[in-house]
Amino acid sequence: MAEVQELTKKEPSSFSFGKAERKLITDPINDNNPVTVQILGVCSALAVTTLLTKAIVMGIAVTLVTAFSNMFTAMLRDYIPKSIRMIVQLVIIAFLVTVVELILKAVNYPIWKELSVFIGLIITNCILMGRLEAFAMSNKPWRSFLDGIGNGLGYSVILIIVAVVRELFGKGSLLDYKIIGPTSEYVLNTNQISWLSWYATNNLAILSPAAMFIVAIIIWVQRSRNRKLIDIS
Amino acid sequence: MHSTAYIIRFTIVMTVIVAFVLALMVSGLKGIHTENEEVYNKKGILSAVSEQLGKDVNVMSNKEVQEIFGSKIEQKVVNAKGEELSADQIKVATGGAAAKAEDIDLAKEAKKPVDQRLLPIYVFKGNDNKNYNILYVRGKGLWDEIWGYVAMSEDWNTIAGEAFDHKGETPGLGAEIKENKAWYNQFTGKKLYDNTGNFKSVSVVKGGVKDAQHQVDAIAGATITSNGVDEMLERGIKYYEPYMQKVKKQEIKNQ
Repeated sequence: MAEVQELTKKEPSSFSFGKAERKLITDPINDNNPVTVQILGVCSALAVTTLLTKAIVMGIAVTLVTAFSNMFTAMLRDYIPKSIRMIVQLVIIAFLVTVVELILKAVNYPIWKELSVFIGLIITNCILMGRLEAFAMSNKPWRSFLDGIGNGLGYSVILIIVAVVRELFGKGSLLDYKIIGPTSEYVLNTNQISWLSWYATNNLAILSPAAMFIVAIIIWVQRSRNRKLIDIS
Repeated sequence: MHSTAYIIRFTIVMTVIVAFVLALMVSGLKGIHTENEEVYNKKGILSAVSEQLGKDVNVMSNKEVQEIFGSKIEQKVVNAKGEELSADQIKVATGGAAAKAEDIDLAKEAKKPVDQRLLPIYVFKGNDNKNYNILYVRGKGLWDEIWGYVAMSEDWNTIAGEAFDHKGETPGLGAEIKENKAWYNQFTGKKLYDNTGNFKSVSVVKGGVKDAQHQVDAIAGATITSNGVDEMLERGIKYYEPYMQKVKKQEIKNQ
C-alpha cells in the first residue's frame, strides 16, 4: 500500500495529456498489443470476425468496458478490500458488460442477435482482468481510463484487420457493401471481367481456422518489423 | 488490512448499487427491447415473401416493417386437425398470453404434444393480388434450433419463397441456410405433392439433385444442418396438411 501511494504522489493530478499519457494509448496498439503480443482475447477474435460490422461493434463494446472498468477500479482502488478484490473487479466488469449489452439490444437488435453470447463473454476476456490487476489497481483513474482505451483499441485494431481479410475474401464484401463476386450485384463482377474470371470467394476465410492464420501472420509481420519485440517469446 | 465487517459492508453496498442500476436499466429499456424483438420476428416472416416487397427487409425501418405487417398480412392460427382457431380459443390454449399468431411463444408450442400445438399462418396479400400463405416450421440443426418460414402459392403446392434462421449454426457452414441466398432460393418453385397428390415434401440431398421438383442440393460441409432442414420441412409442413386439404376441398366446392 505504501509503495502504491508513493507512486501516485509523483504523478500530476490533473487530466493532463502529455507524452506519458499518449504512450498509454499507443503502447497497447503496437508494442504491447493485447492480442498479438500478450496473446489475450484470441477466443473472441476467432468468433466475431466473420463480418466487419460485427468486429467493429465488438471492438467498441470491449473498448468501452476496458476504459470504464479501469476507471472505476482505479477510483475505488483504495477502498477495495484486498481479500475480495478479484470479485469486486468481476462485479465491475459484469456490470459494465450488462449495461453495454442492454444498450446494444436497444440500439441495434440484429447485431446484438448476431453477436449473441460473445457480448456476454466479454466478462471472461482476459484483457480486462489483466488490465485491472496490472494497471488500474495501482494507478489514478484518468491514467487508467487512457490505458483502458489504449488496450481496447489495440484489441479492436486486430479484430478489424482480421475481419477485413475474412469478409473480403470469404464473402467478397465489406460492411455488407458488395465488392467482388460472381453476380451483377457486386462492383467487380467476376463473370464479366475476363482477367478476374479465375476468382472465387474462399469459404475457408469464413471458418474459424482462417482467423488463426491471419492472427499468426499479423504476429509474424509485426515481429519482423518491430525491433522491440524480437526475442520476446 | 480491512476488517471483516468492512468487507461485508463493502460487498452489500456494491451489490445493492449495481443491482439497482441494472434493474432500472432493464425496466427502462424493456419497451424498446420488446419492440425490437417483435420487428426482428416480423422481418423474418416478411423475408419469406421478399420478392413481393420490392425492398430488402433488412434495410427497412421499424415503422415500415410494422406498417407492412399491419396492412398486408392477415394472421391465422390453426391446429393439427386443420381447424382454424378464434381469438378466444387461442387465449385459452396459451393461457391468456396471446390472441394473435404473432404473440404466440413458438418455442413453447414446439414442446407441446402435436394435437395441442398452435400453428400460425400468415396470409400475405401480394401486389399481384394473390395470397401467399406463410407457414412456420421449426427443427434442430447441428448446435441448436433452426426455424423457417415457407410461403406457399395459392395452389397450396408450389413454394413461393422461404426464409430460414438459426440460433447458433457455424458461420460459413450451417449458417449459410440463412445467409446464402443462392442456396435457400433453390426451394422457390419446388412442389410439396407428387403427381398423384401424395405429400412428398422437399428434401435436401447430397450429391446432386435428381428430382427437380422435390429436391434441393445440400450445403457442403454442413450435412447435419442440411438434414435438419430436410427433417424440419417434412415434419413441419405435415402438421399443416389437414388444414391445407380442407382449404383445397373448400376451393373445389366454391368453383
